Amino acid sequence: MKLLIKGGRIIDPANNLDMTGDVLIEDGLIKAVAPAITAGDDAEVMDAAGLIVCPGFIDMHVHLREPGFEYKETIATGVRAAAVGGFTTVSCMPNTDPVCDNRAVASFVVEAARREGLVNVHPIGCITKGQQGQEITEMAALVEAGCVGISDDGKPVMNAEVMRRALEYALMFKLPVVSHCEDANLSEGGQMHEGYYSTLYGLKGIPAVAEESMVARDIMLTRMTGSRLHIAHISTRESLELVRKAKESGINVSCEVTPHHLTLTDKELAEYDTDYKVNPPLRSLEHVEALIAGLRDGTIDCLASDHAPHEKEVKDCEFNLAAFGISGLETAVPVVFTHLVATGKVDVNTVVKAWTVGPARVLGLDRGTLTPGKVADITIIDPNESRRVDPQQFYSKGKNNPYKGMNLKGWPYATLVNGRVIAWKGQLV
Amino acid sequence: MVFTHRKDLLGLADLSRDDIDTILDTAVPMKDVLTRDIKKVPTLRGKVICTVFYENSTRTRTSFELAGKYLSADTVNLAVSTSSVQKGESLKDTIKTIEAMGTDVMIIRHSMSGTPHYVARNTHMRVINAGDGAHEHPTQALLDMYSIREKKGSLEGLKVAIVGDIEHSRVARSNIIGLSKYGCEIRVVGPATLLPAEIEALGVKKYYDVEEALDGVDVVNVLRLQLERQKKGLFPSISEYSQRFCITHKRLSVAKKDVLVLHPGPMNRGVEIDSRVAESAISVVNEQVTNGVAVRMALLYLMMGGAA
Repeated sequence: MKLLIKGGRIIDPANNLDMTGDVLIEDGLIKAVAPAITAGDDAEVMDAAGLIVCPGFIDMHVHLREPGFEYKETIATGVRAAAVGGFTTVSCMPNTDPVCDNRAVASFVVEAARREGLVNVHPIGCITKGQQGQEITEMAALVEAGCVGISDDGKPVMNAEVMRRALEYALMFKLPVVSHCEDANLSEGGQMHEGYYSTLYGLKGIPAVAEESMVARDIMLTRMTGSRLHIAHISTRESLELVRKAKESGINVSCEVTPHHLTLTDKELAEYDTDYKVNPPLRSLEHVEALIAGLRDGTIDCLASDHAPHEKEVKDCEFNLAAFGISGLETAVPVVFTHLVATGKVDVNTVVKAWTVGPARVLGLDRGTLTPGKVADITIIDPNESRRVDPQQFYSKGKNNPYKGMNLKGWPYATLVNGRVIAWKGQLV
Repeated sequence: MVFTHRKDLLGLADLSRDDIDTILDTAVPMKDVLTRDIKKVPTLRGKVICTVFYENSTRTRTSFELAGKYLSADTVNLAVSTSSVQKGESLKDTIKTIEAMGTDVMIIRHSMSGTPHYVARNTHMRVINAGDGAHEHPTQALLDMYSIREKKGSLEGLKVAIVGDIEHSRVARSNIIGLSKYGCEIRVVGPATLLPAEIEALGVKKYYDVEEALDGVDVVNVLRLQLERQKKGLFPSISEYSQRFCITHKRLSVAKKDVLVLHPGPMNRGVEIDSRVAESAISVVNEQVTNGVAVRMALLYLMMGGAA
């Protein structure tokens, strides 16, 4: 089995590569990357002229909802959404029902994903049993079952002592602790970012400091324990400053940002459209600008969708009653290409890095590069493809997406896992 | 006109100064109808108005109902506490049900901001916001503005102090938005914990000291203090609130001689407003209620009675 991807712009940040050339895949592995490769007659050829050829994109923060919330998403629908969205690997959050706080649930997720056989799925286990924030989980069992990190995503670990012990215990397994930084007392009842627009719209605000105070706490705990901390969906300027300073002083901290926090502001809630209701909330413009700068200068390591699919009923209702979350796997790539790359705000190499080697390093995955010999997980982007977002056409069960109706440019052209094309031009193969 | 190209009234933010002038001007003859012996004109015969209140209300709901009746519309009230809402019916289904019965205008009050917007998106009926969460209460602000204009002759450039729980007050927001269109100098005063984030960006001045805030003002609009806020830890006690913010004659002595005092009701006498002030000649609390009916008649007329 040989496949030659010909004449594309190859971007492989792990190897500092940005050139026009060919990628040869053989038996599911990268065989060669060079300006011009002559393959034998037995090689299938894909013309990639005008396309961007990258290592397979990794979305390290998705909610696949199974087990327990199959009416929101299943592993089967979630991996399909990932594939057409241009992702070859996802790591899924543990706030299912039951939560992924033990070997059995983690094994179930791994096995269910393996049966689908589309994209690589790595579960993230809970920090605490039942996500209750009280007792730390059996991390050895979680790791054995395939977990690549731990997080109580959606529920912050409010007890600093518990967080300290979790960070320490995770050290033994080199597990990143993925922290959803939110002081639940400061954010209680909040519906949107606290600021001018929350005052104007009369919605209870979630102050930026609800995130920042916990980022500060977790960085201090990480400094003390020498552990590895990853800040999930960072959303404020001061959070970013804290991460920047922590990195400068050698603390092992990384962070991710979502496409929506980079491209939408709190102003958009004027019509109380619940598709814009997300946690952390869409922030004001100065935060958005700081996040873009943070992605540009490398303070932000990863892009992640925080794909949070929901059934219609919990979004088609009063704003306060609506669930938080955006079904983002299928628009993450074009949103970033349209609003950040095409506008010149962020260089395409930086974007590719944050979707490949960035998350691969955080999660310790042997993925995210086109180095010969590595698994041929590849994402190919067509930067000129323009399409209107129609959530009803999503593979995801979740149609909750604020980019609905918008024209976006720069869509995934093909997604390859183990050298096999699994999605092509927005459709599963 | 105001409602030629606009289906709903969701907030004063959507209206221009001209729109507001039209509504207030139309309310003047409506107030005459109210003072007649036979308070009925046939303007809205055959039109159906439904009030749907998810929060308690004495004056707003009754005011809308009477405004409709004086204009000969048929008015019904959905008593939410005895309706299918209690059986778990969704808001969307409730809207569709009311629409299916032939209702022309749905008047909604809801504790959650933005609910009228959601309703308006999901129905062909016209929707009037009768108060949504801490967002807007446009008809209250319109009746406040009517009351001020009637006494002062004009709204232009007046100094207006709004006193109390600004954070949770839709009355405050609608007043700020409406009066700003007339170049008023608007001051808000209350405990720091009840003044919302970046309130000054709405073009108002912020005060913690009530005497400073009242200095030289033409109008004082006193907000109702929701006593349950104390339990949420937003202020330490009713008595300390009252000592610092209760509107008394003594405190009003720094205001203009002809200062006007408004209160949207219901009042907590002795908490946010002294009884002697409420009952004095400078208070227009009762006239506000009358004007509320006139303003709502004007609105319903402009919405359904054709061109003004």
